[in-house]
Amino acid sequence: MSEVIVITSGKGGVGKTTTTANVGTGLAQLNKKVVLIDTDIGLRNLDVVMGLENRIVYNLVDVIEGNCRIKQALIKDRKYSNLALLPSAQTRDKSAVTPEQMKKLTDELREEFDYILLDCPAGIEQGFMNAIAGADRAIVVTTPEVSAIRDADRIIGLLEANEIKQTQLIVNRLRMDMVKRGDMMTVEDVCEMLAVNLIGVVPDDEQIVVSTNKGEPLVGSDALAGKAYANICKRITGEDVPFLDLNKKANVFSKLASLFK
Amino acid sequence: MSLIDFFRKKNSGDVAKDRLKFVLVSDRANCSPEIMEKIKNDIINVISKYMEIDASGLDIQLTQTDSESDNGKVPVLYANIPIKELHHSSRK
Repeated sequence: MSEVIVITSGKGGVGKTTTTANVGTGLAQLNKKVVLIDTDIGLRNLDVVMGLENRIVYNLVDVIEGNCRIKQALIKDRKYSNLALLPSAQTRDKSAVTPEQMKKLTDELREEFDYILLDCPAGIEQGFMNAIAGADRAIVVTTPEVSAIRDADRIIGLLEANEIKQTQLIVNRLRMDMVKRGDMMTVEDVCEMLAVNLIGVVPDDEQIVVSTNKGEPLVGSDALAGKAYANICKRITGEDVPFLDLNKKANVFSKLASLFK
Repeated sequence: MSLIDFFRKKNSGDVAKDRLKFVLVSDRANCSPEIMEKIKNDIINVISKYMEIDASGLDIQLTQTDSESDNGKVPVLYANIPIKELHHSSRK
């Protein structure tokens, strides 16, 4: 049975697109058939994060308006043939698509794919309503900062109001060194305040910047963030995976790093 | 860690958490500080019909408490209304 998952956050810049790229690629590594849809019309980004920006012919709005068939607009990933991207339109705006059209599109994609991941735009306006229209479940991405958590809370309320049955949380860009000295909220603090189930914790990792520079998602690599994403993917498929001990790993790394200083 | 840090009351993580808790409760209740002020004035008007209260000492806030039915937190409107004198006419 296929699932439509929206990845959202409210606030911009917390890592929705990076999360979509890594979770999508990670699910493909688990041999699932996956399609990623960039629903941020006018501010297209998932294509560059995936490294597929040079292959775009048709986009989401073309499909909706019937200028092409869905298959023509889907771009196959360079590494995984079971992973595809439906890019957003760069020269249009959010009003080019309606929630009903999005629902119809996701329902059609269900026939071919196991997972349909929707990269949601920031904000709570029409772009958000479009992205959640066809979703079965939601993953809310936040960082341990007051503004991101406040927006996440608002989004969680809106998801409930729109009858999205399952909402889970990713705490992104956690810095264990700051948590340890009390200058960053803990994952427990964040979960307690937002009152939703945690599906993953992704540490702040400079390898994410490196991987985005190259247009190659980090998931599956030995980097700590790559491992965290791989675990999130397993949890999405229903597997029970223990959370990474970020503390311990950070210590080993900092000890190693200090050896070379 | 410097000596000043050691004696500092709270670290910034805790400050963030405390601030957020209040913001989230008022966001969820869709209840701005202006509305709270209106509620406060209405409460003063209603209670004043029956007893003399100390309006300046009245404290009202939206906060959270442990739910009795499950383990979650539920929002609660907390009001502390100091009474100066009960009107005799209200009891016969």
